[in-house]
Amino acid sequence: MTEQQAILQMQGIHKRFPGVVALKDVSLRLFPGEVHALMGQNGAGKSTLIKVLTGVENADSGDITLAGKAIRVTSVLEAQELGISTVYQEVNLCSNLSVAENIFIGRFPFRFGRIDWKTMNAKARTALAALNIDIDVSLPLSSYPVAIQQMVAIARALGTEAQVLILDEPTSSLDEDEVERLFDALRKLKAKGIAILFVTHFLDQTYAISDRITVLRNGELEGEYLAADLPRIQLINKMVGREIDESSFARQTESGEAKASAGEPFLAARNLGRAGTLRPLDLDVHAGQVLGLGGLLGSGRTETARLLFGIDHADSGSAKINGVPVSLNSPRKAIRQGLAFCPEDRKTEGIVAELSIRENIILALQAHRGIFRFLPLRKQTQIAEEYVKQLGIKTSDVEKPIGQLSGGNQQKALLARWLATEPKMLILDEPTRGIDVAAKLEIMDLVKTQCRKGLAILFISSEMSEVLRVSDRIAVLRDRQKIGELDGASADEQSIFRMIAGGES
Amino acid sequence: MSLTRHLNPRTLPLIITTTLFVALFGFGAISYDAFLSPQVFLNLLIDNGFLLVVAIGMTFVIISGGIDLSVGSIVALTTMVSASLVQHHHWSIWVILPLVLLMGCAFGLLHGVLIQVFRLQAFIVTLGGMFLARGLCYVISIDSISITDPTYTALSEYRLALGEETFISLSGIIALVTLAIAIFIAHYTKFGRTVYAIGGNERSALLMGLPVARTKIMVYVLSGFCSALGGILVTLYMLSGYGLHALGMELDAIAAAVIGGTLLTGGVGNVIGTLIGVLILGVIQSLIAFDGSLSSWWTRIAIGLLLFLFCLLQRIIERSGLGRKAKSTTA
Repeated sequence: MTEQQAILQMQGIHKRFPGVVALKDVSLRLFPGEVHALMGQNGAGKSTLIKVLTGVENADSGDITLAGKAIRVTSVLEAQELGISTVYQEVNLCSNLSVAENIFIGRFPFRFGRIDWKTMNAKARTALAALNIDIDVSLPLSSYPVAIQQMVAIARALGTEAQVLILDEPTSSLDEDEVERLFDALRKLKAKGIAILFVTHFLDQTYAISDRITVLRNGELEGEYLAADLPRIQLINKMVGREIDESSFARQTESGEAKASAGEPFLAARNLGRAGTLRPLDLDVHAGQVLGLGGLLGSGRTETARLLFGIDHADSGSAKINGVPVSLNSPRKAIRQGLAFCPEDRKTEGIVAELSIRENIILALQAHRGIFRFLPLRKQTQIAEEYVKQLGIKTSDVEKPIGQLSGGNQQKALLARWLATEPKMLILDEPTRGIDVAAKLEIMDLVKTQCRKGLAILFISSEMSEVLRVSDRIAVLRDRQKIGELDGASADEQSIFRMIAGGES
Repeated sequence: MSLTRHLNPRTLPLIITTTLFVALFGFGAISYDAFLSPQVFLNLLIDNGFLLVVAIGMTFVIISGGIDLSVGSIVALTTMVSASLVQHHHWSIWVILPLVLLMGCAFGLLHGVLIQVFRLQAFIVTLGGMFLARGLCYVISIDSISITDPTYTALSEYRLALGEETFISLSGIIALVTLAIAIFIAHYTKFGRTVYAIGGNERSALLMGLPVARTKIMVYVLSGFCSALGGILVTLYMLSGYGLHALGMELDAIAAAVIGGTLLTGGVGNVIGTLIGVLILGVIQSLIAFDGSLSSWWTRIAIGLLLFLFCLLQRIIERSGLGRKAKSTTA
């Protein structure tokens, strides 16, 4: 291939949000007829960069040139008019309208002052044919699976003479066949000379379709590479980097003790999976042990937790608790079996900010008991104060609204909420997100302490070092599939990365 | 279930509704000798023209994902204002008509702005409008005002002959013209399609660059206009203005729309369905009238049962036809 001129060039992009630098001197080049993967961990700056490119956010400084001309994008509409179109992770279309309408609404063909449905349907068929799709465009969009809807979104995006197509995690709700179909369409677009920017967390997919990879880390450009020249293990290392001081996270796993308590698992899942979400996996969680889930963002960590807790329903496999088969198909059932789940998003799924610390701590226990066995206020206060002391929640009064506490203390209160129900197994999804280092260490210590009391714990964190620090065993996930298990005592970051990279070194 | 999968889930309720109407009409034709005449059918339009007009406005509101509880009260207020102006103040009908239509639009505009700009619940806002309009009727008069104006009387008695012994009234004609315009708006204008898009997914509609705010306000203005137009038809039909006219008509309008296949959750429905919904309500009334032995309250019982049936039916269609979609969006 001859060296081409970049169609789109972003240079020296800076973007500061109050208190954080989101992008620092980031550059990106897109070439016509290439698929360019934008990779990075959570918070690396991928979405901010895309927002700047599509006019959702304005950069503080930096230049963007499209086909040699400097452009300034201030709105999504403007970006579209320039030929930069975006397809988002969730399909942002109206499923009640017909396929053709979804492609053309807002720019309907008119004839004699009325919408010309015939022309519109014909044009829609042509647009979809370009993506190898042949469907009845007059049916409502909802008659088709997500993969087709995704294609319709692409057809809509391409409608306005797009030169640059941005795909923001388009594959996260697709199964393998559907991904392959999407990729076929992308290859066709590539051949037409369209530049495609592809944001994904899936390594396999990155290598399957991308020509070039740009890696971001902590808002900075890590580098731009040809996909063929960048081995997986290096890509992972570049994405994850190394910023945590190793000594402060020195391992505390007492492997001998852990092994001694390992016998019959508390929870044993066999072939547990859900089509399109998680490939069937085996998982054993033992009492008095921490099982860590290791893997990159989007590898299926949260999905695993949601299946175990019955939020999502597994469509394959089975689970046993203490050797007795159970069907985990609702959180209520899971709670009755002694499971507890601290969700990932503290603000929306966890705390009730207006309620007091006491009320927040008592919430799950009261729900567990039912409204007919109301806990007297004195008892509630006693329980709340006990946990405030035990977990070291820093507050003067349990009657304060929980919203006034710091992130770390809120997290501890959530922990208290579930501990109060005296569960046998606790699932912690990103318990350390968004809190300071000291609080992180405290939370991890609490996890270890609870574990020593005989609790089975499933620990999920994006920070590999944290998983290593608290876990007795680590199940490694990649691309929504379990690829192996490591002993917490002997594993290190490199061995996990090697496993994720698929044995390459 | 396999049958529903092959049919367009949007048209299936319409097919079922139409079948039901034909069945009810057929039942009448078999049971009563005089039932099977074109005039019985036309009378359905003549006696329910105002309901059709009001229900058309309601259909747009429901498709957009909203609700308008004020329509019955605006109908009553329109009859009251018209009757008062023509009887007590001797205004010309040609001044009164545009005035009351404008009044309906103003009510709709008020609702729309409160709902869209201040993000208030449509249910509460239009409930407020309902009380306000109904209350205003009694400010004008607590009694019924009979209209003796010759122009009103002439228009009220106007009949267009469609053949020997078959005719249609002015309100029937106006209802049909409104229906035709509504079909055009719903299916062949950008406004109409935007209403469907908003009802389907408001956030997506915004991201697709559609004028969501303006369209949502316009939907309530349209409903206000239809209510006032329906009010004019009621004035002609009753030749009076009264604060108790059209009591509960908002519920009849909602019932007609739902029986006609419009989903209360928005995004699905059409005005032809609403026509058939109105005709079904009408034919039940006719059947009970022909029977002669049943109290007119049996109409209510029949409508109640039909509503249960149709809501259930829509859910079943949704589950089978759109089941795939529901599964994939939660994935």
